[in-house]
Amino acid sequence: MACINADGTLTSTARRVLATLEQPRTVEGIRDVTGQPLFHIRLSLREMEAAGLVTGADGSYTITQAGREKL
Amino acid sequence: MSDQQTAVQEPRGLPRLGMPAPQFEAPTTHGTIRLEDFKGSWLILFSHPADFTPVCTTEFMAFAAIRDQLRELECELMGLSIDSVYAHIAWVRNIEEKMGVKIDFPVIADLNKDVATLYGMVSPGESRTETSRCVFVIDPQQIVRAMIYYPLTTGRNMDEILRLIRALRTTDANGVATPANWQPGDKVIVPPPQTQEAAEERMAAKGVECTDWYFCKKAL
Repeated sequence: MACINADGTLTSTARRVLATLEQPRTVEGIRDVTGQPLFHIRLSLREMEAAGLVTGADGSYTITQAGREKL
Repeated sequence: MSDQQTAVQEPRGLPRLGMPAPQFEAPTTHGTIRLEDFKGSWLILFSHPADFTPVCTTEFMAFAAIRDQLRELECELMGLSIDSVYAHIAWVRNIEEKMGVKIDFPVIADLNKDVATLYGMVSPGESRTETSRCVFVIDPQQIVRAMIYYPLTTGRNMDEILRLIRALRTTDANGVATPANWQPGDKVIVPPPQTQEAAEERMAAKGVECTDWYFCKKAL
């Protein structure tokens, strides 16, 4: 996975995205905060959602308890 | 003429200008990326023949050099070749180590040629095992807006790629066309009138410079 290192820690990109999600944000909202390109954010969210670190609904994403524990 | 004859034929096999870009999901140096991940941004999807080859190395450094200018144009870059992700990683690390240039855009590892086949990047007359030097410009709605094909022997021109993106953005923002060798700041082409009445009105229009009814320019 591009977001989670082999030792289970988050990559710096994933950490930056995850840290913005204490409040629900859209992909564009995350871009506005982090300055990351849209494709990187979508890729990170997809992988972190699959890992249970974020949850998404109606185009907005929020950090989960498992995500908080990873930060 | 029958309905079958008059129906618009969907393109088969290869992208066409003005049509949706073929979607894919592929392994890259930045993880598994889907084309749809780039929605909302312009994208230059380009192929190169092979990692660790000299012309391709000059091109990668040249693409890296225009990366900031492309970002200002809300345009991302993604490379592709028929090499493994490990080869790509080794090559971009080598470019940074030996040439001092960081390659920070993703590169597709298209070992099974899925994306290369989808986009017609392999030219068998040149090589059956390498992709040609193709450039696909995909707009924020994921429509193919431009295609450039260069042969294996000839490195691409980054000034022209930048000019192309700027021209397309100018066209979209202003509903105009751009003449030969257009550069930002030059006058643009006003689309020709479509009726006789509009042609007469065009010749009397203010703010446009008309050589004739069909050949009018204006400053932006």
